[in-house]
Amino acid sequence: MGMDIDDPNAGYQEMDEVFTDNELVHMVRNALKSIVLGDGKSYHELIGVMHQKGPMSPDEVAMLVTCLKALSGAASSIDLTHHQFLLSTIFSMNLWNYVPEVMDALVDLIVSLAASNGKYVDPCLSMLIKNFSPPYSFARILKQPRGLSIKEQVLSRVHYAIESISRLVPLAPMILLTLVVQRMPRQNDNEDVLLMYVENMFRLERGSIGQLVGSTMLVAVVDRMIDLDLDIAWEDILQDDAGKGIFQMELDEIDDEIEYDGNEPLGAHLNRKGLIGNAVAEKLDSLLSITFEHLESCKAQGRLNEVFETLLNSFRSTVLTAYKSKFAQFVMFYACALDPEDCGVRFARTLVDIFTCNDYPPITRMSAVAYLASYLARGKFVSTNFVVAILRRLIDWCMDYCETQNGDINPELHCPFYSGCQQAIMYVLCFRMRSLVHVPWLKSQLSLMPLESILKHRLDPLRVCLPSVVEEFLRQAKAAHLFTVSKTFVFNSLLESEPSRTFGGLERLDMFFPFDPCLLKKSDRYVHPNYIFWSMVQTSFEDEEESDGDDEGEGTPDGAMSTGDQDGFDIDEFDSALNEMSITPKNYKWGGDMQPLARMPSKLRPSTSPQSL
Amino acid sequence: MEGLKVSDANLMVCVHPSMSRRVSHAVLHQLSSLLFKFNESFDGVVLAYDVGFVDEAAKILPGILPYFGVKLKAKMLLFSPKPNMLIEGKVVKLTQESLHVIVLGFASAIITREDIREEFAYKTKNGNGVYCSENQKHHTLKVGTMIRFMVKSMDEEILHIYGTLLKDNTGSISWLDNESTGGPITDRSKKRSSENHGMTEQQAIKDIRHADDQLKKAKKRRTVEQP
Repeated sequence: MGMDIDDPNAGYQEMDEVFTDNELVHMVRNALKSIVLGDGKSYHELIGVMHQKGPMSPDEVAMLVTCLKALSGAASSIDLTHHQFLLSTIFSMNLWNYVPEVMDALVDLIVSLAASNGKYVDPCLSMLIKNFSPPYSFARILKQPRGLSIKEQVLSRVHYAIESISRLVPLAPMILLTLVVQRMPRQNDNEDVLLMYVENMFRLERGSIGQLVGSTMLVAVVDRMIDLDLDIAWEDILQDDAGKGIFQMELDEIDDEIEYDGNEPLGAHLNRKGLIGNAVAEKLDSLLSITFEHLESCKAQGRLNEVFETLLNSFRSTVLTAYKSKFAQFVMFYACALDPEDCGVRFARTLVDIFTCNDYPPITRMSAVAYLASYLARGKFVSTNFVVAILRRLIDWCMDYCETQNGDINPELHCPFYSGCQQAIMYVLCFRMRSLVHVPWLKSQLSLMPLESILKHRLDPLRVCLPSVVEEFLRQAKAAHLFTVSKTFVFNSLLESEPSRTFGGLERLDMFFPFDPCLLKKSDRYVHPNYIFWSMVQTSFEDEEESDGDDEGEGTPDGAMSTGDQDGFDIDEFDSALNEMSITPKNYKWGGDMQPLARMPSKLRPSTSPQSL
Repeated sequence: MEGLKVSDANLMVCVHPSMSRRVSHAVLHQLSSLLFKFNESFDGVVLAYDVGFVDEAAKILPGILPYFGVKLKAKMLLFSPKPNMLIEGKVVKLTQESLHVIVLGFASAIITREDIREEFAYKTKNGNGVYCSENQKHHTLKVGTMIRFMVKSMDEEILHIYGTLLKDNTGSISWLDNESTGGPITDRSKKRSSENHGMTEQQAIKDIRHADDQLKKAKKRRTVEQP
């Protein structure tokens, strides 16, 4: 340790009842003064004590604690310029390496420093933020009981220190905000480090300064989710989906989970499997999971409403405008699931308001209605009454729009209208028709709405909107005796059509169903109980439509198609691959007047692989 | 308290074209970004403002984006403590070495031991630190006390003030005010008016009324006795 026997501090070791706290502080002050005058002996010895690393004996611990306490008392004498070495030593100390007594003394010192001089607030807070995560050497014992106990000891002190500094320096939270966001681990950083940091951010959000820093913390976490989301390539999810529609894909996936007998089409489990081992996906998965847990604790504390307000604002400015966010939006889904009456309703209403407001650019409006449609279709907790109410608003808007339009079919010009028609009305009804028509009152509400006149209008949405959705909708509408379409639509199992491509635009918003099943395993456990799967809807229809001829037309096993299409799948085609996320079901389990085609014409298949037909 | 001033200011806020439908909102948003920061042009920390539009029209400014400049007339409440000014704050932490104070709820201040006059001795009562004056028994400083102190200097970036309690006109506000009014310091009045200056006056008025009543009663007795 390098302690001289002449050093006044050494006396403490032998006769610890000799020096009072006051005297110790006085000694430290002298040491600090003397370095300025050129005599650095005591000063350097002081620093020497603090550089102690590794396991320490009780005497050494006591020495260190004494020095730290004395420095606490003399904090106002520590000068930024003359005592740089001391300051850098203090700020480089890591709470994780010490016993609780030293932790306490160090934390007191940090708080005293921050309170004594405004210039120390920044480095003190930085030091505390650095202690959010343990050093690398700690990582392996972190999951063990001993590691967990140390983690709680450190973090409780770190947060206590932050709160104490905020009490003494009211403007500290403002500085803290900037520092926390600046130092947040990036999407490329280690998963454990990122998760630990986010845990601390949530702890700040819950803490006593939560009102001041909470919303910034939440927004930063959602931003990081989007960053990770964008890093996941669509190819990873869609390696196999050539020729398979969202409905079919979902059915296969459920089958996969329930009974895997090796005969399942290859496509089914490559979906989720494509993400296994994908580090980015796993990071996002873990991040979503801890966010869901945090939302649950907010709900338990009765704070979910305020938190939701922040999330909604963040959603509007980042998730809604991000290019086809894959999973980050499930934060909203889960928050709504926790509180359907308030948050759930607010979410849907906000989306409708954006859609119906002309101030927003068409892309934002189309994106909003895509989220709305997928949300209403998939949210098990969304009441049918509410779905009808929202549909009424959308139908009224479409009706008003139709009445003001003289022109004919024009996918590019009227893209918000086609979005509203297809996504909202038809898609939602594909999922909800069943439950709606069962309730006479709701069925009559639906019949009263001018749905038929919209769909048969000159703008001809049935021809423009995504064929798969239109087909499914018409079939269900007929089965439910809602209305009939006089002309037959022969889609020939088109994946998409020229008009739908046009209205979807470059972003292909015609094929964007944001709340399609969550492919992230851990997060899905939270989402699953609140989710409507297509199989749930489809099965109930199957039970009803026994007379419609159970066309088991399996036709071509999907496997053949998918393996054929996997080759030659280059980046340029990823846009097409995007489309395959939500494509018409090739196989019709219950007949209909549509011609079931076993396989899609090869001409229309997007892959560049040689014709395998 | 010194250090507070109201200034008139002529301002111009440049508003982005997207906010042209919500100009008030934009202006207030811009002005709110000035709050609780030291502003060199105003030479003080902006605490509050009261704005009025000068003109219904605003000039579109030259540049890549057509911002338009909205002219305003504002009254700004500024806090600019200078050395030797007396300001007031609440004690939030007391140690043997220093006293920590919060001024106006947002600025932090520190008074070190060297800047606290000798008459104040540090004592521990019920586990809490207290500074007691050795000359005046009732003059104590503890957590929660409102004190008046003199400014030594201020760090404008973080709004951190360095103060002193060396002069005699500094210390606990309630005690100082009591001293200056020279009111009767009964035990009862002291306990009730430890933080509230008004209460001391009320008690003084009560005492006067009581004395008055007694005088009236004495007069009545005399008149009765003297038919």
